[in-house]
Amino acid sequence: MKALVWMGKKNVEVQDVDDPKILRPRDCIVKITSTAICGSDIHLYNGYIPTLEKGDILGHEFMGEVVEVGPEVRKLKTGDRVVVPFTISCGKCVHCARQQFSVCDNTNPNWHLAETVMGFSPAGIFGYSHMTGGYAGGQAQYARVPHADVGPIKIENDLPDEKVLFLSDIFPTGYMAAENCDIVRGRSVVAVWGCGPVGQFAIRSAFLLGAAKVIAIDSVPERRAMAEAAGAFTIDSGADVMEELKAHTGGRGPDASIDAVGMEAHGSAYDEVKQTLKMETDRPFVLRQALRCTRKAGNVSVPGVYSGFLDKMPFGAAMNKGLTIKMGQTHMQKYMQPLLKLIEGGKIDPSFVVTHRVPLSKAAKAYPMFIEKRDKCIKVVLDPAT
Amino acid sequence: MATADRITRRGTQARVLPGRKNPRAKIAVPGNRGIKVVRAVTIRKPAAELYAFWRELPNLMQVIHHPVTITAPTRDESHWEVSAPFGSVEWDAIIINDEPDRLIAWRSREGAQVQNAGTVRFEDAPGDEGTEVTVALEYNPPGGKLGAAIAKFTRDSASSQVYDCLRRLKALMEAGEIPTTKGQPAGGPQRVRKGRK
Repeated sequence: MKALVWMGKKNVEVQDVDDPKILRPRDCIVKITSTAICGSDIHLYNGYIPTLEKGDILGHEFMGEVVEVGPEVRKLKTGDRVVVPFTISCGKCVHCARQQFSVCDNTNPNWHLAETVMGFSPAGIFGYSHMTGGYAGGQAQYARVPHADVGPIKIENDLPDEKVLFLSDIFPTGYMAAENCDIVRGRSVVAVWGCGPVGQFAIRSAFLLGAAKVIAIDSVPERRAMAEAAGAFTIDSGADVMEELKAHTGGRGPDASIDAVGMEAHGSAYDEVKQTLKMETDRPFVLRQALRCTRKAGNVSVPGVYSGFLDKMPFGAAMNKGLTIKMGQTHMQKYMQPLLKLIEGGKIDPSFVVTHRVPLSKAAKAYPMFIEKRDKCIKVVLDPAT
Repeated sequence: MATADRITRRGTQARVLPGRKNPRAKIAVPGNRGIKVVRAVTIRKPAAELYAFWRELPNLMQVIHHPVTITAPTRDESHWEVSAPFGSVEWDAIIINDEPDRLIAWRSREGAQVQNAGTVRFEDAPGDEGTEVTVALEYNPPGGKLGAAIAKFTRDSASSQVYDCLRRLKALMEAGEIPTTKGQPAGGPQRVRKGRK
């Protein structure tokens, strides 16, 4: 099959590799019909996620048709149309029982790597380095999906792929980010840093959850325009963000802030230099700004990915203002079914975010286009058939 | 001073197995020379189920990652063969304490190349957390300077192997399978991924 393979920093290739096989009795094999490039793939592409190896297949947003099931698979059968969540969960451990699916105990075969760095190991993730399991990803024609009865969600309507594909990551991720804001219906003002795909879904989810106002911050005009189309007020990140936020919240500041940018924020030469010199693993410019700008006793929600150790956090501001910080990889299985209902009920059409449709065979060129935001690129969907 | 011995002394319900003389008289790791390892996991299964799995010692071959052969000629006796860089290491072991659903203790028999003793305890965790499974293992590598070097080297490795075994036991008991990527496709220099079995 064809698959997009990481071959080193800023170097990806589409290669012919072996087809995946069933390796455990609860696996299924999915023939992928649509797959996407995620903002978090940028961190992999740029080489900022440790334990990624040359030859690893990337991709964690995919859907398709079940073509083979292991002997212990009960709910899925060959021919089912499914969206696959980016995290892998066993469904049986205590964290899964508590719907904390992204910190499942039993799906990371490389738990020792994760435990060395983080103390404890979160769930396995498709195509996201060996620290989170080293599972072959879904920017490919086929993928092996472990715990097939726990992860994939069956699509039993005839909605096109583009309307349901983003149940695999960015819609639930934006939704959980908004939920972590503890929005009070009709009163809360939510600020969203980053109008990339997750930010776009966070903005729309905040409105769905009843936010009175959403203020979105980004430097890219077409991304701000997409946020405005959802009803958000926008600020150019080059402006004095604190003053702008105060000016548009009657001086109170936002009740909640969402960092939908993560470890590769732009705007701080200090962090760019330190990260380049490997004196710092992450560029937490947005997180610092969010901690400072959030209203007293407010919430800071972090769907943006961080990988390591963060410098110069204004923790004093966070402590003295009594902020609540909520974060984590998305507990996918908790959100996929209810969000599918919202799509089926016409409350949201996730395909709004797609700006580019590219054959998988041309995926290597799509990465730099997406990362450099060329051609007004916001979201790339790959077609594995071509 | 074997761990098993300590538990025998402490545990009020401990019993000496029938047909066995006083187990305290035969200490597997004499003196204070043994290396001790204690590791634990919490498994969301009843203690009885975990005890039953462990009590059939050859079942442990499913969760010990390192190549090992375990045979149990009788219910209390077992033979262990572990491959090592310098050849294989073998020993006979005997269960010296057995409290159903709570504790199993064993020690190597006299003449073992690596004297060892250990216990596994199954205790209720608070609330709905499951069962805390704690392994205490003590072993005495061969003496001399070389032995000391091996001891230093193997301390971490024994600890991580015990933990690895517990982690795999947890996955097998809870999720029904141990996660793997071995045999999955990969590109470039890897071809077929050298993932964990």
